[in-house]
Amino acid sequence: MYRSPALEGGVAIVGGGIAGQSLAEELRARDPEVAITIISGEPVAPYDRVRLSELLAGEDGCEALRLRPHEWYADERVELITGRWVSELDPESGAVTFADGERRTFGALALATGSDPLLPPLPGLELEGAMAYRGPEHVDDLRRLASADGARVAVIGGGLLGLEAARGALARGASVTVVHLVDRLMERQLDGPAGGMLLDAFEALGVDVRLEHATEAVLGEPGGRVRGLRFAGGDELACDVVVVSIGIRPNVALARATGLEVERGIVVDDGLRTSAPGVVAVGECAQHAGTVYGLVAPIFEQCRVAADTLLGRDGDPYTGSLQWAKLKVAGIDLVSIGSAEGEQSASVAGPGSYRKLVVADGRVAGAVLLGDIRGTEDLLHAIRSGEEVADPLERLAAAAALTAADLPDSAQVCDCNGVCKGAIAAAVTDGGCATPREVMAVTRAGTGCGSCKPMVREIVLDVAGDAADEPAYLCPCRKQTREEIAARVREDGLDSVSAVSEACGTGRQCGACKPALAYLVSEICDNRHREEVHARFINDRVHANIQNDGTFSVVPRMYGGVTTPDELRRIADAADKYGARMVKVTGGQRIDLLGIEKADLPDIWRDLDMPSGFAYAKAVRTVKSCVGTDFCRFGVGDSIALATEMERTWEHLHTPAKVKSGVSGCPRNCAEATVKDIGVVAVEGGWQVRLGGAAGATVREGDVLCTVDDKREAMRVMTTFLQYYRENADYLERTYDFVPRVGLEEIRSVVEDPERGAALLERFRLAKAAVFDPWGAEAREPAHPTQYLELVAAPA
Amino acid sequence: MTGRFVRACLVSDVPLGEGRTALVDGVRVAIFHTAAGWYATDAACPHRGGPLADGLVADDSVTCPLHQRRFDLNSGDALGHDCAAVTLHRVEQRGDELYVCVRTRVAVDLAA
Repeated sequence: MYRSPALEGGVAIVGGGIAGQSLAEELRARDPEVAITIISGEPVAPYDRVRLSELLAGEDGCEALRLRPHEWYADERVELITGRWVSELDPESGAVTFADGERRTFGALALATGSDPLLPPLPGLELEGAMAYRGPEHVDDLRRLASADGARVAVIGGGLLGLEAARGALARGASVTVVHLVDRLMERQLDGPAGGMLLDAFEALGVDVRLEHATEAVLGEPGGRVRGLRFAGGDELACDVVVVSIGIRPNVALARATGLEVERGIVVDDGLRTSAPGVVAVGECAQHAGTVYGLVAPIFEQCRVAADTLLGRDGDPYTGSLQWAKLKVAGIDLVSIGSAEGEQSASVAGPGSYRKLVVADGRVAGAVLLGDIRGTEDLLHAIRSGEEVADPLERLAAAAALTAADLPDSAQVCDCNGVCKGAIAAAVTDGGCATPREVMAVTRAGTGCGSCKPMVREIVLDVAGDAADEPAYLCPCRKQTREEIAARVREDGLDSVSAVSEACGTGRQCGACKPALAYLVSEICDNRHREEVHARFINDRVHANIQNDGTFSVVPRMYGGVTTPDELRRIADAADKYGARMVKVTGGQRIDLLGIEKADLPDIWRDLDMPSGFAYAKAVRTVKSCVGTDFCRFGVGDSIALATEMERTWEHLHTPAKVKSGVSGCPRNCAEATVKDIGVVAVEGGWQVRLGGAAGATVREGDVLCTVDDKREAMRVMTTFLQYYRENADYLERTYDFVPRVGLEEIRSVVEDPERGAALLERFRLAKAAVFDPWGAEAREPAHPTQYLELVAAPA
Repeated sequence: MTGRFVRACLVSDVPLGEGRTALVDGVRVAIFHTAAGWYATDAACPHRGGPLADGLVADDSVTCPLHQRRFDLNSGDALGHDCAAVTLHRVEQRGDELYVCVRTRVAVDLAA
C-alpha cells in the first residue's frame, strides 16, 4: 500500500498561527497516526490573532486567546515547539534547521508563516513611540503607551486592524486620531455610504478621523520621542504615539531562501503545493492564482485541501475562495462578501443599518451588510452559486426575512469548518444530538471563529421541533406577545396578573409566564399595581434565592460593595444564629449567607437590619466598584461614590432580567465594568459608559454608549437607558441581547433626544417612588399568615 | 391502597394560586389551591427533590421552582419532560378544613 512521505516521516508545519493550527487539525482529523509537529517562532501556543484587539481593553496576555488548551496537543499527539525560529529548509531531504543549529528531518513540510505588518517608508518610524500593530508584543506596547496620562495616539490606516487599534487605545483612556489615505474607512470592504456610517460611529465614540490625509513624516528629535505627524500639504498633528497599520506583507523570507517560487506570496497550485516537491504552503503567506488571502475563512478552506495533498488523498482541488468576512467594528456587525461595488446594485439604509447587494451579469456578486446582518448565510450561498437575480432590492428583502428553516440544506453555515445546514440538521435527526452544544461538538460547526453559532443554534432548535421561528410569545400557550398584552393592560386599565388572566386567559394553562406578566403589569402601572404572590417565582415571594435543597440564600445590600465593621458583626451573628451552612463572598462583591430555612427569613432580615440585596430577583443587582480615587494611586475617577449613587438611585427596581453593574476608577478596570450590563470606566476628564456587557455563559464586551464629562451626566444617561430597557425588553432578555437587538444607534438617539429622555426619566421617577425594601420593617410582615411556614395539622 | 382521610390544614392556610407543604400522617405533601380546585402531591419533586409547594401553580399543573419540571395535577404525569410522575393524594374540603388521604409509596409500586 502506498504511504505518503508525510505518513512515513511526519509533517513539520512551520508557523504556529491560525493556519498552522488548522492544518494540524485537518491532518489529525484525516489520519490518527501521522506524526505532526508545529514549529512556532512566537513564544506562545497558537492563538486567535483575529481577536487580538480584544486584549487591548484588558490586562490578559494572548494566552486568553489560545486556540486549543495545552492538553489538546498531548491528547491529539501533536508536537508543539514554541519560541524557536526556523532558519533553513531543505525540501529534498525534508530537513528543518533551527536558528540554534539543531536539525531535524521530516517526511513533508508545510509553510504557514503568515504575514508581517507592512511599513511605509516614512521618516521617523524609528522614533520612540512609533509602532506597528500586528502581534502580542504590539498589544503590550499600545496598552502601556495609550494608558499614559493624557496620551495622544495617532493611528495611520483606517482598515480593520487600524480601527481596532484605535478603539483599543480609546478604551485605555487615550485621545485618538485615525489618519487614512483614501476617502472612506475600510475601503476594501465598504462602499461610500457604509464607510460613512462607520465614520459616524467612530466620531460618536470620540475618535478624530482624518480622511484623505497622506502622512509624510513622523516628527520628533532624532533618537528621541514622537511628537507629531506631518501630512502632505504641510499640516501637522501633535501626538505621542504613532501606530502604523496600513496592511500586511506575506512572510516569504524562508521560502525565498529555500529557493521556492515566490511572487507576492509563495506560489501554490490547486493542491497548495509549492514549486518544491513535498512542500505545501497555506494561509496568508501563500498565493493562489494570483491572490493572497488575508481572511480566516479562505485559510480554513486551504488547510483542508493541503491536508489531503500531504496525505496523498484524493480530494477536491482548491479553486480559490470567495473573499468574505463577518466582523464587529466599534460594536457594529459587519458582513462583507465579494465585491462591494459593481455595475448594478441596490441598497437599503435604515437607522443604524445599511444593506447592499451587488449584481454583475445578472447574478449576485457581492454584499455589504452593516448593523443588520440578517440573511448572511443565504446571501453567501447565493453569491457562491452565482444565483441569477432579477430584482436586487427584492432579493435583499427576501434574505432579511429568511429564517434558518428557509435555508437550503446545501447552504454552508460554518465556513471555518465547511459545515452545511444539511449536516447540522442530520446531527439532530440521525445523530441523536438534542442541543446546539452537542451538535457543535459532533459537526464542529461553530467551533472556528464562532460567528455562525447563532445560526447553528437556530437550525438545531428549528429541526429539534422547538418553536424557533415563532415570535417571542410572552404566553406561548395562548400565543400572546408582550405587545398585545401590554396594549390590553393599558386599554382596560388592568392592574394585576389575575385581571389579565381573566381578561385574556394568559398564564392559566402552564403558568410559566406568570412572572413575566407580573413584571409587565408592574412596569406599565409604574409599580402601582396589585401585587399577587402566586404570580411570582418563589424567590420573589420570599425575597431570597432558593437553593438545591429548598433552603434559601440571603444577600444583604452593600452599596458599591462597601460595608462596615458593625454590619459585618451583625452578619456574623446572624450567620451563627440561623445556622448558615456557608458564608460566601459573591462575584458581585457582596456577602451571601447560604442554607437559611424559609421560616427563618423574616427574623434574619430583622436581625441583619440591612436592605435586601435583591440577589434573588430580576432586578437591579449589585454595582461592583474598585476603590478609585479614595485610595488607589492610579485612580482617575471616584468610582465608589458613583457606584453608591447608582445603587441607591436604582435599588428595589425590578427589571426584565437581572442588571449587574460596575464602576472602574481607571482604565485598568479592576471592577470589570466592561463586561457588565451597565458599566462605567473613569477616563481622564470623564466617564466612559458601556452597555450590554456580560461575563456569564455569554461573554460580551459592553458597547461604548458615550464618554461624558461628569457623574451627573453619567447618571442621567445610564438611568435613561435603564428605564428604556425596563419598558422595551422582553422578560428575561438580558441587556447583552437587548442592546444589539435594538441597536446602539437607537439607544443613543433615545438618550440624546431631550423629550424622549425626559419622559423616560419621569416614568423612572414614578416607578421608583412606589418601590420599597421587602426586608424593611413594614414589608417584613408575611403577605399571608402561612407564607413562610410548613403546615402541621393540630390533632383533631 | 386507600388509606384514611386525615385533617391537614385550614382552607384559609392555602391562598388561591399557591401551594403549601404540610405534614399529613407523617408524610410531607404539597397542597395546591387552584382555580380548578384542590390538589395534593408528594412534597418533593420526583426530579431532584425540589419543593413543589413553592412552584408556579396554573389551573391544573404545577412547575417545580428548582429546574422548571412541570406536572399535571390531575394525573401526576410529567409534562414536556420524561421525569417519573409525581404521586398524587386525594384532598377533600370539609367545611373550612382540608382532609388529605395519603397514598403510600408501597401501594403505588404495587399498582405500577
